[in-house]
Amino acid sequence: MNETLLDIRGLKTHFHTFGGLVKAVDGVSFDVKRGEVVGLVGESGGGKSVIGFSILRLIDPPGRIEAGEIVFDGEDLIRKTEDELRAVRGGEIAMVFQDPMTSLNPVYTIGRQMDEMLKLHTDLDEPARRARCIRMLEDVGISEAESRLDAYPHQFSGGMRQRVVIAIALLAGSRLIIADEPTTALDVTVQSQILKLMRRQISERGAAMILVTHDLAVVSEMADRVVVLYCGKVVERGRTEDVIAHPAHPYTRGLLDSIPRITDRQHRLRQIPGTVPDIRKLGKGCSFRERCFRAQPLCAEQAPKLAPVRHSLDAACHFPLEESEA
Amino acid sequence: MNRLLSSEFLYNYRRNLPAIFGSALLVIFGLMALVGPLLVSQNPYDVSQLELMDSFKPPAWLEGGDSRYLLGTDGQGRDVLALIVYGARISAFIGLTAMAFSCVIGTTLGLLSGYYSGTLDSIIMRIADIQLSFPSMLIALFLMSAFGTGIVMVLIALTAVGWVVYARTVRGSTLSEIQKEYIQAARVAGLGNFQIIIRHVLPNVMTPLIVVSTIQVGTFILIEASLSFLGVGVPITEPSLGLLVKEGFDVLFSGIWWTSAFPGLFIMFLVFGINLFGDFLRDELNPRLR
Amino acid sequence: MLGYTIKRLLQMTLVLFVVSVIVFLMMSFTGDPVFMVIPIDSTEAEIEQARRLLGLDRSLFSQYWIFLTNLLQGDFGRSYVFRQPAMDLILERLPATIEMVLVAITLATLVAVPLGVYAGANPNRPASRGIMAGSLLGISLPGFWVGMMLIFFFSVRHQFLPSSGRGETIQFLGLRLSILTADGWSHIILPAVTLALATLAIILRITRAGMMEVMRQDYIRFARAKGASRRHILFGHGLKNALIPVVTIFGLQLGDLIAFATITETIFAWPGTGKLLIDSIYRGDRPVIVVYLMLTAFIFVAINFIVDIVYTLIDPRITVK
Repeated sequence: MNETLLDIRGLKTHFHTFGGLVKAVDGVSFDVKRGEVVGLVGESGGGKSVIGFSILRLIDPPGRIEAGEIVFDGEDLIRKTEDELRAVRGGEIAMVFQDPMTSLNPVYTIGRQMDEMLKLHTDLDEPARRARCIRMLEDVGISEAESRLDAYPHQFSGGMRQRVVIAIALLAGSRLIIADEPTTALDVTVQSQILKLMRRQISERGAAMILVTHDLAVVSEMADRVVVLYCGKVVERGRTEDVIAHPAHPYTRGLLDSIPRITDRQHRLRQIPGTVPDIRKLGKGCSFRERCFRAQPLCAEQAPKLAPVRHSLDAACHFPLEESEA
Repeated sequence: MNRLLSSEFLYNYRRNLPAIFGSALLVIFGLMALVGPLLVSQNPYDVSQLELMDSFKPPAWLEGGDSRYLLGTDGQGRDVLALIVYGARISAFIGLTAMAFSCVIGTTLGLLSGYYSGTLDSIIMRIADIQLSFPSMLIALFLMSAFGTGIVMVLIALTAVGWVVYARTVRGSTLSEIQKEYIQAARVAGLGNFQIIIRHVLPNVMTPLIVVSTIQVGTFILIEASLSFLGVGVPITEPSLGLLVKEGFDVLFSGIWWTSAFPGLFIMFLVFGINLFGDFLRDELNPRLR
Repeated sequence: MLGYTIKRLLQMTLVLFVVSVIVFLMMSFTGDPVFMVIPIDSTEAEIEQARRLLGLDRSLFSQYWIFLTNLLQGDFGRSYVFRQPAMDLILERLPATIEMVLVAITLATLVAVPLGVYAGANPNRPASRGIMAGSLLGISLPGFWVGMMLIFFFSVRHQFLPSSGRGETIQFLGLRLSILTADGWSHIILPAVTLALATLAIILRITRAGMMEVMRQDYIRFARAKGASRRHILFGHGLKNALIPVVTIFGLQLGDLIAFATITETIFAWPGTGKLLIDSIYRGDRPVIVVYLMLTAFIFVAINFIVDIVYTLIDPRITVK
């Protein structure tokens, strides 16, 4: 079962804005195996969400996919026509958006928005579609599902809406779910419920998931593998336990150090110094060098390439952390 | 206000072709209204300069046209171009004056309404609500028919329909402005209400005022033209562009189109110029008004 | 819902009452209507008698009281010119006006909404910029002039369409309508187009602005991620959300069209209420003006009420209270 479902190679998505060229995604490669959860991690502005939208080719001008391959189940999505893509969107690959308050259409009932998904991607008749919607709502933990179908989004709380959004994403039996910060907009108490729900529903269905988040703690709970992004580039990737335990890239180390740990009161929170640089003004060299505690003259000269470091880890760093250091 | 003088404003202006076109139209029309009478061959209201022989000459480029009368002549031998130049002055005068009147009255009421919310505010806004549920054209028409015609009456009618827009805009801006801390600070510092309104609130509502005023001039010119066309606007001795079109209507059916076509075309370009420029101002100065 | 309706009905009554006061006061300032009804060579005594007959000798307040009680009893006064009930005169001409206004607004909406959706969904295309420039030109046009130019082109120069009147009409449900005959259509098309232009431009601009706003929303992206077709996204998901400001403007425009119908009817000699109003203004036929104003006031408040109801049908978040 460990065969590759999605293989992204050298993806470049750029935005041609008035302020200059924004290389939001600049040569990103990673893969997702069947039934696997891959976490895409990085600070905001790191191009994580753009990757999600690029996979479904939902990039609008001034943005454009400049190069790369997105091979899904053996077929390159970049080469597909808009009509072919429509069958993939929602059918093969579904998305869950960040803000449940805005991702449901306010003027249609929940039932109608769920039904739309089934109408587009299945041949079921009306009663069958309705039954499936009800079952799906129950699966995501919404009680009185039948009557809820006729409710409008504004009659739901944020957490309930996100359950609905997840239900819609799962409805048509997609093999890959792209979840873009699915819990960021929710209350902390609701967050873990939703995450557990997603994890369970996805594994029950044998689907794969790309979890886009800025929160390494979420990733460590959810993901099999992690891809860490910085300024549109992959800086580190590998199995979750390897990345969390002994990261090779100083940026990942920084991210991990900035997570508060309740269990360890002695632990000192450390921030990564500085902020994400203006992505329009990156020169040659490593884009993390100005915030990096290990930076050397070489880092300003030459951009590091992604290379195997140890175990499952690949990192783009001239001076990766040793296992003992990390 | 500072936004108007900023370099970004000028930069955007230079890149915005419609805005340049619109303001070019306005400059041309402005010059025409100012110095036009010096340039045209005759004063159409000086009977001694008119030749009845020259009546209903078509535009100069058509067969039977006369090079002295570029846009042709009307039934009294008056040069259509000259009529337009003189008529444009009246139309522009009415549009600008009505704008000034309704701006002063509307702004005052809007400031009072926003600053002293309460009974006064409710009364002003209820009147505005009722008035806004009727088309301004109908209100103006009704006022003209009730109180008689003439330039002064047109100005009164336009002011009566125009103040609402100002009052609403200014009230909105005032309400959001007086929430801000510096107004509270000014109050604490013991500044009087009048001083706060004049020194602090008014300057901050200037931007929307400029935007609204631009668009209003165009609206007023169109309403005035319509009233005059219906015969309840300006008197025949002081014909605006709208009245010129009306006078041309009677001879249109005998195939004489130029006496009405050109004045109307002129109204269109005048208002178009105003709207193009106004659109640009709105986008630049106050995107919220969009 | 019932409570809301009652509240709105009370509001409407209040507005109509205020309008009746204003109309009455304004009308009492305009000239002395007694001279409208008496022969020129009448004696002082005859004038006085006519004045008493019309109730003009009483105080302003009791005149208004009579005016109001008459209104409430369905007595809207008699036209000085036609010597028949003013209400009958207007009702007789109302179908012609409503017919023209409805044709105009239908025409405007059918053209404006698709163009507005297109321009709002593709704001940067040259075609969209062209549409927007055209719409700005549309709101800059003097309507009466457009009507005249249409008459000149289609009626005078090419004698292709008639320039005046309603043409052949057919009785339908007790109403005389032009739109049921080909001849009627040939008569209505020019005035309706004239009337429609400004409205078309305004509805187009509102639709575009609404669409631009809506297309930025997450739920549009979510619908795209579901694999919905572009057409369904624009008209199913987008337009319904963009419709709320459009409905507001639609109601206001309906009112504007009735007002501007006065001009269009004058140009095209369309025998509707607008032409009657203008004629009555020229002749100082006060009762007809009063009835016209009261009736249009009633129509406007009714439109506002309907618009508010339509909101709740479009947007489930809005509930009447």
